[in-house]
Amino acid sequence: MSILGTRVIRTEDPRLLTSGGVYVDDLREPELAGAVRATFVRSPIAHALITGIDASAALEQPGVVAVLTVADMTDMPDQVPPEPEPEGVPPAEGPMPLGGLWAEPLLAVDRVRFVGEPVALVLTDSTYQGEDAAELVSVDYEPLPAVASIEASLAGETLLYPDAGTNVCVRGRGEVTDDSIFDGCEVVVEGDVVNQRVACLPMEGRSTAAAWVDGKLTVWASTQNAQIARLILTAIGLPPEAIRVVAPDVGGGFGAKIGIDRESIVVAWAAKHVGRPVRWVETRSENLLAMTQGRAQRHHIKIGGSKDGHIRAYRLDVVQDTGGYARMSGFLPMLTNLMAPGVYDIPAVQAGYKVVLTNATPIAAYRGAGRPEAAATIERAVDWFAAEAGLDPAQVRRLNFIRNDQFPFVTKTGAPYDSGDYEGALDKVLAAAGYDELRAEQRSRREAGATRQLGIGLASYVEITAADGAAGETAKVEVHDDGRATVYTGSSAHGQGHHTAFAMLVNAELGIPMDRIEVIHGDTDLIPDGIGTYASRSLQLGGSAVHKAAIEVKDEAAKHAAELFEASESDVVLDAETGTWHIAGDPDKSLTWSQVVSAADQGLIVANVRFTADRPTFPFGTHLSLVEVDTETGKVTLLRHVTADDAGPVLNPILLEGQRHGGIAQGAAQALCEEILYDSDGNPLTSTLADYAAITATELPSFELLTSETPTPGNPLGVKGIGEAGTIGATPAVHNAVIDAVSHLGVRHIDMPMTPERVWTAIQKASTE
Amino acid sequence: MKVELTVNGKDITAEVEDRTLLVHFLRDTADLTATNIGCDTTSCGACTVLLDGESVKSCTVLAAQADGQSVTTIEGLASDSGEMHPVQRAFHTEHGLQCGYCTPGMVMAIVSLLKENPSPTEEEVRVGLEGNICRCTGYHNIVQAALVAAASSGQEAAQ
Repeated sequence: MSILGTRVIRTEDPRLLTSGGVYVDDLREPELAGAVRATFVRSPIAHALITGIDASAALEQPGVVAVLTVADMTDMPDQVPPEPEPEGVPPAEGPMPLGGLWAEPLLAVDRVRFVGEPVALVLTDSTYQGEDAAELVSVDYEPLPAVASIEASLAGETLLYPDAGTNVCVRGRGEVTDDSIFDGCEVVVEGDVVNQRVACLPMEGRSTAAAWVDGKLTVWASTQNAQIARLILTAIGLPPEAIRVVAPDVGGGFGAKIGIDRESIVVAWAAKHVGRPVRWVETRSENLLAMTQGRAQRHHIKIGGSKDGHIRAYRLDVVQDTGGYARMSGFLPMLTNLMAPGVYDIPAVQAGYKVVLTNATPIAAYRGAGRPEAAATIERAVDWFAAEAGLDPAQVRRLNFIRNDQFPFVTKTGAPYDSGDYEGALDKVLAAAGYDELRAEQRSRREAGATRQLGIGLASYVEITAADGAAGETAKVEVHDDGRATVYTGSSAHGQGHHTAFAMLVNAELGIPMDRIEVIHGDTDLIPDGIGTYASRSLQLGGSAVHKAAIEVKDEAAKHAAELFEASESDVVLDAETGTWHIAGDPDKSLTWSQVVSAADQGLIVANVRFTADRPTFPFGTHLSLVEVDTETGKVTLLRHVTADDAGPVLNPILLEGQRHGGIAQGAAQALCEEILYDSDGNPLTSTLADYAAITATELPSFELLTSETPTPGNPLGVKGIGEAGTIGATPAVHNAVIDAVSHLGVRHIDMPMTPERVWTAIQKASTE
Repeated sequence: MKVELTVNGKDITAEVEDRTLLVHFLRDTADLTATNIGCDTTSCGACTVLLDGESVKSCTVLAAQADGQSVTTIEGLASDSGEMHPVQRAFHTEHGLQCGYCTPGMVMAIVSLLKENPSPTEEEVRVGLEGNICRCTGYHNIVQAALVAAASSGQEAAQ
């Protein structure tokens, strides 16, 4: 029996559970001996001009090696001068940062645009000395009015980039003004939905160490993509071959560690500039100020259809708050627009967006990156529409789903869905949750006027994964003459279980035992070419590359086995159960991998593959959330969360479930408790874990997971991505559940996070209307 | 100042700055890097260790306060022959960890929890872990691992 699809516990774990992982702060590499500690001096003001920096007091402190500012960066290449954009150019849809006059400096030049923006770098012998000295670096700021909200940004009274003449840095091409699409709709609902700013919050913050040795720079970085990080690091004026990037163990990423941030580039430059190894490990408070955050969109929607529940038209107008810098240009709202209609066959869809600058931490990818926002709003809108039409939300979903016989299906926003069974996922969840019984229980509590009301929330979602399949992923599989295998992957693990998953793929194909397969990732000297991990791409692209490389190794090995057997190649077979080679029909004679590979040149068989996909994949599912709302206090208790998710054939159920669990928790967290807040002057109010309401075990139940497996034709494994399904499905399911619990009291909508205060206020407001 | 601690059964005497936190003593002086730092407000529990058998967040204890006491980190949890502790084993079999960063603190917190309450309910485990944040697992399999560890410890004790 093949190992594929079985519950294999992780090969990564024994080390992590006994001696612990080796994250950047744990590295004891000889090149880092005597490394100085880097501490950033950060802006305490949201928007200001810098008129002077005086480091003299800091420099007198014990242990201070250097205080560096942008003025010291004379050995850096000049920035490319801004090029004026011709009229009528298409929107910059990234995910690269905007350049030209919107470009973000490495250290602040003469202006700061968010609290936490790095202004100077202090290098000291020890960590404690760094914190002491950084406080003594005196920076003169001339405060400017802060643009602390989307509304303030759109008002345009204060501009973050005066030369631009506007705070709107990217506009989508979609038109959202033609109201005729709603002509003839019997039921129309219109309103605003906020998808609030949240922290990505990997448990390990950002960290980077760098050493400049004999004309080569080695950078150890907590990153999702060593190879992309290397490319970004060429900004300091070195060619790629003079840079080695190593991703050691990485303590979570969730999108915020794609590539490498400006602080890490500064640390790498500093190591070269002062000629000493440098290590930077941010504190949590720094992390909550300056690591990119997620979501931060405001939506205006309109949905219309017939009284019997058919949706005829949908409009989504997105304003993306990008913070002080446009790190991903228009990428996130572009994806939100693309996925706007979700799982529904809606005859008319309009979607548009604009990206606006605010004096807040820059926004970038967070688990789902633009797609959770789309699902959150269409799923809220469908519930709105169902409530207005007086219909059951499950029934409205069923009526409007894209049917199984419609795939492949291209949506009105241009998304080419590959395969799906949306109604199947809904049915599974309704049956498992006992939907009719739950509705009955809800009715009886309502009739009894119970203090604790029940809410049932549904979300049916589809998401796009591996949208950049054309970039593909690399794999090299080697089998050595001792019968061991080594896998080099361009994909990059930070908790997902790549090493287990990729070893399973090799084991399934070659029969080499799991404990004789080593998987290596995240070292540009060993793997110069690779993309890394984001957008739920690892198994479908990286895994497919490993799978194909293993097949190539097998084909090559068959030639050597044939020679050794003195048989025709077509008569030679590999028993993938035992990892032994035979002649067909003669099981008595066999050769081991060691014997076969020993016959190859230099005792090694190697295959290099870059797998590319010509289409993205579209995983889907339905989540059902059951909540109890205390109508006297507004407190929400999440009682059950039932999901049916489908990401194609399952390689390892343990890993699949783990990805879903984590995503559900983060999704529920956005619905219930997490939000990054600023005051009207742009001062962060949630910059520690004492203030930011990160979800804990006490707020969550155990989850109930159902799985189906609809393959995609897009790759040889038939698999889609599962990494982001949780955040995409869970947020609207929980959101809808809470509002469902109090809808009979007249509550139509509550914005996230649905804190007790917000829920209580909504109930009070509805009761007085 | 001079402090003397027993860490995972080994005596360590060192001269440290007065303000040295226990977690920095463990990581930098004792060179035991499994214990991680996840915040600066005693909120996340990544740095949880046992101090004379009680779980503490080692970012909120001075090395000086631990003077003369005994510390256990996850590196000291397995048996002398290298056999994993039931909680470590359960984390492995139940997929109770992903990136591994919160794991040492989570494991130590559960070791302490099970010492106080050897057969907790799911609810008691969840309440007991309120001070430990994990961002990868959604806590589902961590809670499961705690329950499995409790059951297996109970069985071992009964044998």
